[in-house]
Amino acid sequence: MQIYLPIADMPVNIFLVLGMGLAVGFISGMFGIGGGFLMTPLLIFIGISPAVAVASVASHISASSFTGAITYWRKRAIDVALAMMLLAAGILGTATGVWLFTALRTMDQLDLVIGLSYVTLLTSVGGMMIWESVRAELRARKGMPATLRRPGSHSWVHGLPLKMRFKRSKIYVSAIPVWAIGFSIGFIGAILGIGGGFLLVPMLIYFLRVPTATVIGTSMVLTLITMASATVMHAVTNHLVDALLALILMVGGVIGAQFGARTGQRMRGERLRLLLGLLVFAVGLRFAFELVVKPEDLYSLRHVRND
Amino acid sequence: MRRIALILTLLVAGVAPAAAEKLVVSLSNHRVAVTSSFVGEELVLFGTIEPDRPGMPLRPSYDLVVTVTGPKQTLRTRRKERVLGIWVNTEAREFVSVPGYLAILSNRPVDAIANTDTRRLLQVGLNNFLLPQRIGPDLADTVPNDPFRTAFVRLETQSGLYRQSSTAVTFLTPTVFRTAIPLPSNAPTGSYPIDVKLFADGKMVARTSSALEVIKAGFEQFVAESARDHGLLYGLVTSMMALLTGWFASVVFRRD
Repeated sequence: MQIYLPIADMPVNIFLVLGMGLAVGFISGMFGIGGGFLMTPLLIFIGISPAVAVASVASHISASSFTGAITYWRKRAIDVALAMMLLAAGILGTATGVWLFTALRTMDQLDLVIGLSYVTLLTSVGGMMIWESVRAELRARKGMPATLRRPGSHSWVHGLPLKMRFKRSKIYVSAIPVWAIGFSIGFIGAILGIGGGFLLVPMLIYFLRVPTATVIGTSMVLTLITMASATVMHAVTNHLVDALLALILMVGGVIGAQFGARTGQRMRGERLRLLLGLLVFAVGLRFAFELVVKPEDLYSLRHVRND
Repeated sequence: MRRIALILTLLVAGVAPAAAEKLVVSLSNHRVAVTSSFVGEELVLFGTIEPDRPGMPLRPSYDLVVTVTGPKQTLRTRRKERVLGIWVNTEAREFVSVPGYLAILSNRPVDAIANTDTRRLLQVGLNNFLLPQRIGPDLADTVPNDPFRTAFVRLETQSGLYRQSSTAVTFLTPTVFRTAIPLPSNAPTGSYPIDVKLFADGKMVARTSSALEVIKAGFEQFVAESARDHGLLYGLVTSMMALLTGWFASVVFRRD
């Protein structure tokens, strides 16, 4: 069944988009991530312009992260103080990202920046995840205990001033890295149409040593608020949020996420991380391929304005 | 004063057809509504060639060119080049106020209908249609084989927005004709002037115009207008919709 999207200005098959929402939702539920890094490329692939895809996926991610946040809130697994500190910088990052997004679009370089950023981010993060989980697997085979968290060890991050105590997470860290992480996630999210969950969770664990109990819930709150504000900002500045497209994606996404979460709970953590790493890496390679291989058509059109 | 009037009369007489025909055309539908189920539409234009005054003789054969132009848009055509191993948009040209839709429909190839000068003067055919580009401070159309112009026309043709067909107009009798105007699903909204030119022996003998309109209707119109005119409210409502969907899912699938 075809349905005409009012902002993307093109008809799409409603079941195809719903199916994409379900599939990405399944993956996001399984790994506890937003899934924007899969959804945005998929939308671009079916012919929706990158700008509309990025802007609309923001609202789709806010829906799925809200579902997640509610669940973690009930389990009291959210560090509100930490989330608020991340957020203060996150909103600023989002605003900067939306501004740069608009500027790049007028310079004809938005597609390139989106492509390049996806390649660097996804291949490096995916590669790191694969490496980490393979090493953990090997260690487990040899019978060595996994050393995930070393409470006593301090890195240079812990030497920074402006220290704050976050009770729920039981950590005592400087506000500077917290702001830096919040800003970069908001910034990346606005430009690339990704919630940044798959970046934020490792950052919180490695730099701030946030315990696993609160890390996903807190990251979801941050994703929720940055993506909801990205939706509003994209709507105000670029008028490119397709509410109908977003609604179809959301409905598919939240349903898929439920089934994904159940599957994820039955799998071992290490195995799950390896799978996610492979997936992230593969999407990164796909983008690299597109940038390096000679495009079928060297010319492309961009609509500037209606006269 | 009288001399000017005389010159004007002579000028008009010089351009106006000597044998007098007139065109009567009718469109199957003047208004196309883009709704949520819109996948494109085909309109039919009917017409007859009639003598200007009853009883006047008609010529044995005619040619007809129908030009449909969509609302004016400004578009950039960009060219990719390999820079440091990756493909990057390097050069771009802006096509200023060009039609968002362009169909040139005729009963036989336009080269056979009129000579080069006439075709250029009357903008008959895609190669002769004015597509002004911004080149430095100037606005000018280029030669038809300019690479950016060719690419622009090719891309617009691929997306179904530009077309030239030399078989689209059919003469049902020597004086009654019909043509189909295909509007693709991505046709921009706005008004579409239609220009109908009648040729005989390589010269234009009559001309008439009509118009159609593509409008967004119902829900589509509501969403598009809200997004454009009330960006903040639209963004807030979309965010609220997202939260509501998320909350709804957490209630429906709650397991504890």
